[in-house]
Amino acid sequence: MEPNWALARKRPALEARARIVQTIRAFFVGGDFLEVETPHRIPANAPEIHIDAVPSGGWSLHTSPELAMKRLLAAGYPRLFQLCRVWRQGERGRRHLPEFTLLEWYRSGCDYTALMTDCETLLANLVPAAALSVGDRRVDLTRPWERLTVADAFARHASLPLAEALAGERFDEILTTEIEPRLGWETPTFLTDYPAELAALARRKPGNPAVAERFELYIAGVELANAFSELTDAAEQRSRFARDEALRCAAGKPPCPTPEPFLRELAAMPPSAGIALGLDRLVMLLTGAATIDEVVAFAPEEL
Amino acid sequence: MYTCADLKKGLKLMIDGEPHVLSQFEFTKPGKGQALYKCKLRNMITGSLFDRTYRSGESFEPAALEDREMQFLYRDESGYVFMDNKTYEQVTLSEETLGDDRLLLKDNMDVKILLFNGRGIGITLPNFVNLRVVQADPWVKGDTAAGNNKPARVETGYALAVPSFVETDDLIQIDTRTGQYVTRVKE
Repeated sequence: MEPNWALARKRPALEARARIVQTIRAFFVGGDFLEVETPHRIPANAPEIHIDAVPSGGWSLHTSPELAMKRLLAAGYPRLFQLCRVWRQGERGRRHLPEFTLLEWYRSGCDYTALMTDCETLLANLVPAAALSVGDRRVDLTRPWERLTVADAFARHASLPLAEALAGERFDEILTTEIEPRLGWETPTFLTDYPAELAALARRKPGNPAVAERFELYIAGVELANAFSELTDAAEQRSRFARDEALRCAAGKPPCPTPEPFLRELAAMPPSAGIALGLDRLVMLLTGAATIDEVVAFAPEEL
Repeated sequence: MYTCADLKKGLKLMIDGEPHVLSQFEFTKPGKGQALYKCKLRNMITGSLFDRTYRSGESFEPAALEDREMQFLYRDESGYVFMDNKTYEQVTLSEETLGDDRLLLKDNMDVKILLFNGRGIGITLPNFVNLRVVQADPWVKGDTAAGNNKPARVETGYALAVPSFVETDDLIQIDTRTGQYVTRVKE
């Protein structure tokens, strides 16, 4: 029997992936972040309208470790990171796996702008040449990177104004088809200040409560990370969860229990900011892979 | 009925009373946002292509098609001729209808022909076909790394990447769904 060729040919990508993970660990350990592991199988995820958890023996596999990470923040841990597998039902495409790896990190005593600086510094560690070649284009990674508000992105790139896209429930469609492909080509782009209703776990922006302190990082048209200044108002968080759970039920989705311990302890959480970055996509970008399958040992279809 | 979760390349759907095949398919989803299914559909009768984006929650009618076992006989100016070995009925498919599958088609190969109202509108090749390599660079001694590859061409004219140890005159197995090399076949 010949060796499995499709698997053997992934060796350079898997070696690059291992090096990237080592660099990330060294970066956060050097920055005095505590690496933690939290359970993958949990009683309740945050109820998200468009993210479906995989059921597991009456509980669920986590779709992100964020609630556990925030309980640790609330207990007084100032800087945390975690690299872990997460599961999201039905997500499969060129840049999606139903089981993938998230890098999450959290800082207390700051807002989402500190995480932008972290992203810039992390990439500087990963790419000493400070430029990424994507196809025949070159993305300059020199700091600072572009900051673009959602409102400005719609004004610049979209075929209809933001207010209309929201009213017609076409926000995600316009974002995906018209805006995302154009972001992060000169330098990476932080797309900032989302409409508040699209950021269930984020704090509203002081002075402009219509938007939330949320950003997404794009490099070469690829959504790489999502970050918030965390909401620390437990009552507000509970009512947002209830609103999203009602929307889930109305859409015929299975019920999502309320994460009570998280809501209870949230009141003790200091002002903080947290971010989730898709490790597989980062490896894709750094290795020039065209599909996510190329940067994992096994895609589900290969099992 | 199909749902968005069933969408994949090659799926056959009935749209406005005519069979369509999903010729390209891309799943996209903002992390926190709604899933979108960007599809390129080919009308299996007219061959015309169009783009459509579906959102989760939509449903689709499967195309009512007959799938019949047939054998590839020959190619002439009218197209590619196939025969049902039980009824001796023959159908002819155009180069356009066959698309890239024609590059993996060998005389006497058993295939499935898709019929819509008695007309041949598509083909399903066996999942795996064995084809002979007619052109490949020689194996460089010492190149034993299992993941290395090089270009090669098989008897039907199809070009693909193969491991470095594959040589001209080898019989190789190809997965027709991905077009990729699987293994060498012992004779």
